[in-house]
Formats: sequence, structure tokens, C-alpha cells
Amino acid sequence: MNPRLMTPWRELVEMVRMAANAVKTNILRSSLTILGVFVGVFSIIAVMTGIRVLQQNLEDAMNGLGANTFAFQRFSGISFDAADWEKYRRRKPFRIVDLSQLERRVTLAQAVSASANFGSGEASSRYAQTSPNIPGNGMTPEGFTTQNLTLGEGRGFSAADDDSGRLVCVLGFDLAAKLFPRGSPLSESVKFQGISYKVVGVLVQRGALFGQSRDNFIAIPLGTARRLYGENLSVQLQVQAPNRDTYAEMVEQARGVMRTMRQVPPGDDDDFEIVSNESAVSQFRSLTSAIRLGVAAISSIALIAAGIGIRNIMLVSVTERTREIGIRRAIGARKRSVMLQFIAEAVLLSEVGGALGVVGGILFGNLISFVVKAPPVIPWDWVGIGLAICSAVGILFGTYPAWKAAHLDPIDSLRYE
Amino acid sequence: MSLIRIQNLARRYVMGTETVHALRGVSVQIERGEYLAIMGPSGSGKSTLMNLLGCLDTPSEGSYELNGKDVARMSDNELADIRNREIGFVFQSFNLLARADALHNVELPLIYAGVPPKERRERARQTLVNVGLGDRMHHRPNELSGGQRQRVAIARALVNSPSIILADEPTGNLDSKTGVEILSLFEELSRRGNTIIVVTHEEEVALHARRVIRIRDGLIAADETNPHPRAVVASVSAP
Repeated sequence: MNPRLMTPWRELVEMVRMAANAVKTNILRSSLTILGVFVGVFSIIAVMTGIRVLQQNLEDAMNGLGANTFAFQRFSGISFDAADWEKYRRRKPFRIVDLSQLERRVTLAQAVSASANFGSGEASSRYAQTSPNIPGNGMTPEGFTTQNLTLGEGRGFSAADDDSGRLVCVLGFDLAAKLFPRGSPLSESVKFQGISYKVVGVLVQRGALFGQSRDNFIAIPLGTARRLYGENLSVQLQVQAPNRDTYAEMVEQARGVMRTMRQVPPGDDDDFEIVSNESAVSQFRSLTSAIRLGVAAISSIALIAAGIGIRNIMLVSVTERTREIGIRRAIGARKRSVMLQFIAEAVLLSEVGGALGVVGGILFGNLISFVVKAPPVIPWDWVGIGLAICSAVGILFGTYPAWKAAHLDPIDSLRYE
Repeated sequence: MSLIRIQNLARRYVMGTETVHALRGVSVQIERGEYLAIMGPSGSGKSTLMNLLGCLDTPSEGSYELNGKDVARMSDNELADIRNREIGFVFQSFNLLARADALHNVELPLIYAGVPPKERRERARQTLVNVGLGDRMHHRPNELSGGQRQRVAIARALVNSPSIILADEPTGNLDSKTGVEILSLFEELSRRGNTIIVVTHEEEVALHARRVIRIRDGLIAADETNPHPRAVVASVSAP
């Protein structure tokens, strides 16, 4: 009598092979079952991929400020809460006079700058003109460092430009390309909101954020903006520390100075926001975590429904294949082998749906990368999680039908019509 | 030592409040190499006896020794292993896997025995050749005639070299000519030393066996040897 050679591993391999055959031969029914899992996994992966693309884009593009720099703002970076919005709107704006106070009192700062948006308008050169949606920015000379603006051609603003309010400008990369399709724009003149400026510099390209160009603007010295648009322009203030080590200390000092300037009573919350590149990214993360949670909840429901679908299909399959089960038991299949075969079938159905969902989700989620012009991403961690969940669904919902199959009476099963 | 030794074997079924005595105490010894027919009308208990002999069922009372091992008290797993190694079933309705080809059907017992793929394919192929289906290996059951299907089933029963071939009405679904072919295959197998037990209610079939056990009302009514088993060749050549 030869001993039984079946090792657990071989048994698993053989049962998976049998399950694969069964799935293949029942292709229509299998595909309907697969659909449920597909939808569940697809939605998770698509959303996670989309968020990952946006986050990647944001992290790459979050260089609106220079190194070790923060900005004082009235508004928080991202908010969808109307009440918050109201709160921000009521805050006292920052004025140009605040700049000199900061310069004098924040002793740890290496550079302090101010910038002001004085409204959008049409820009034109002797070659071309734009739509009236080009934002105009007033900047102090230090603004180029604190706002991480690099000059590709020409120069930035000098203290003299600022002090005497000269009619000079620096163009964003896209705007320069539009207004001066051929040749250098330097020393050419650009008309913005009816005023002519001499181009002294052009910035290097910064790329898009969430699909919006960040190279389509015109900058003039803040002093010029004050002269033309008045002292009451609302400004944003940037403060830069000389290095990483002093940054945290400097933020605290600047916060204290700002609270005194704005007369915030001790114990009250700041009536301004301190924004840095990092804070914007982390804010986006916390915002998307809510979306993630919602999607996870919806997908779980979809997967539970899909699991129940798998269970029902497997129950039908067990009944339909009663005779097959009887034959297998008669020629020597142990209960465990039968059970393994059917669980493997459930897991396989679930995994095929999951794999299709992963592929579809990644493709769909990356559509957003075309929209925002960012490189596509593959969220490997979620691929792993998705497929693991599929296995769990298969095992969880396949066990009962498999148990039923294994415990059929072989004699009755053989007679089953 | 006898291949099969059965003593006082009884099987009762409880159906609702009633107890059905399908088998009331049967004692039989079967030697290696015998060609035996178990006969009886329906309801006589012959199917119950066959299920017990085939280790698909366990007795309510009595003992059953197969190859010197008491199988009456074995666990479900042990019985599955015994069915795999010691018993080859041939059924009236063939009981092949419809979606698998002949080769895979014959391979199946070897899969559960844990034989590696290459070896089992070779053994299945050889067994199919032996039953005369060398050219039908990759046909599915619905592409085969009844006789061919039964040959596949016989190959499946033989492939793991069992101690007993247990056939339940093996010619019941076949026309008489094909039935005769199957019986001649059994004769051939018997000549080669296989132990064959055929359960039937057809005298015609039983006449080919060398020993006939008749069951009636759950008891052995007769156990007779057939001194001149009918040779198939004669019935084939008869006009």
C-alpha cells in the first residue's frame, strides 16, 4: 500500500488549479460575480490614485515660498467651511505699513517682504495681447527670494525701483512667451491696465498647480503699486529665516510681533494664518483624509454586497455540482480538499475582480494627471491593500458554501440528478 | 488472509420515527482475484452493501476488514484515503466530470493521491491505452459513446491499482452489444488478477461472474459458485 503523497502545499496547488478550471468553464457566471468586486476595488483604487496624483502635484508645486520662509495671510490655504470663510473675511487685512514694523522688530529674520495683488487686467505688447485675466502683483525686492521666484533673464527689482516707484516689470514665463513670441522681451514695453512698463526681467517656468498655470502674471515694484493704486492695498507678508535652526524660533518671534501689532488680547487665537509650503501640503492631506474615509466606507459596502454575491453564486454552484462533489469524494477526495477547492474558487473570483478593479482604477484615477498635467502615479500600497481585501472577501464569503460542499453526503451526492 | 472479511454487518437508517433495516447481519469472505456478482431485487439491501464495501458508508453493527484493516471504525479522512487507494468505482451512469477530458478524468484519483503531474499523466495515459481508448484521451465525455464513457470510468477505477473494482450496474445504461464489450473488459481484467465485484439485478450480467451472492431483505439468500461462467466471446459470436 503506497502512503499518501499529498502534501498540504501540493494539495493547495492542485485545488487552486481545479478552481481555475471551474472559473474558466463558467465564464459568463464568473464575470457577473466578478463585476461586484470590480466595482468595489475600482472605486477605492481610482479615488486613491486621483488623490495621490493631486498630492504629488501639490508637493512638487508647493514651492511658492522660499526656503525657511512663511507668510502671514488672512486666509487659510484650503477651506470648505462657510463659517471659516466668514471668519477669515472679517479679519483685518495686512497693510504696507506693517512691513516696516516687521522689518524692525523681527530681529531673527533674514529677509522680510510684502506683495500685493492689485487686480487682474489685460496685458499687451506690440506683438500680442492677452485676455483680461492676468493678475498683477506688487513686490518688494526681497520678494524674489522669499517667494522663490527665479529669474531666467534680466534682473529683479532694485531698492531704487521700489523707492521711486519706477515703471518697470518682471513677467511670468508663460506671459512673456505669449506677449513676445520671438526674441527677448527685455527692454520692451508692456501695457498693463493702461500703464506702460519696461520689462527688466523674465522668470523661469514654475509649472502648473491643479491644472492652473503659475507663470501667467506680471510683477511690478510694490512702491510703484503704492504710487498708482494707493497706500491701502491689502498685502501678504513673507518672513525668511537665515537657516533651518532659527526658523522655529523666528516664527514664534514674528507671531508675537504680529499679535502686538494687531492688538490681539493675550489668550485669544491668532487673527491671522501662518502659512508655509509644508503647512499647505499637510492641510491638503487632512482634507483628503475625509475623502479617503468616505470612499473606504462606500467601497466596503460595495465589497460586502459583492461578497454576498459571491456566496450566493457559490451556493448555486455547489448545488449544481453536487454530483461532481460526490464523484470526487468517491474517488478519494478528503473533505478538506473539497473545501479548499471551493474556497480557492471564491478567492479566485474575487481576485480576478480585484485585479481588474486595480487596473481600471489606476487608469481612471490617472485621468486626473492629464487634467492637471502631472505625471501619472501607481499607488502600490493601495494595490496591495485592495488585493488583500479581495482575498479576505473570497475567504470570508466562500467558506460557508465550501463547508456545505465538503459536508455533502457522498452517497446522496452520487445519486443527485 | 482474505481480501475482504465481513462479519454480521448491519446497517440501519432512521427515517423520521421509523427505523429501516437495510442490512440485517451479513457475513462474507472474498478472496483476492475473485470475480463476484452481488444480485438482488431493488430494496434488497444490495446497494447498501455496495456502499459499505466501497467505504462510502459505515456499518451500524458488525465488522469489515479490508486487507486485514478494520475499516468499520475509520474516520472520514481515513475512509477517503481507503477509497482512493483500495477501491475503484464503476457506476451505472459513468459519473465522469463533464467538463474534463478523458485524460483528466482518469488522472483525478492520482491528484488526490498526491502523485506528481508528470507521473500521473503518464499513468493515466497508459491506463487509457489499456482499456482501448488511446485515441480518445482529449475527448470530453459528451464526445464519447456510452461504451467509451464506461471505459474511461473503468480506466479511472484502475489507475491507482486498487484492491477491488466495485461496479454498480455497469451495463445498465448501455445497449446489449456495448454491455457485452464492457463485460469482456471485466473478464480480461479478472484474468489479469483484479478483484471484481459487480452489483446487478440482471442474470445475464451475473452469469459471467464465477461467484454469485444473492441478497434478499437485508440478508444473504444464496452464495453460489458458478462452475461455468459464461464466456463473452460465445455471446458475441452468437447470431
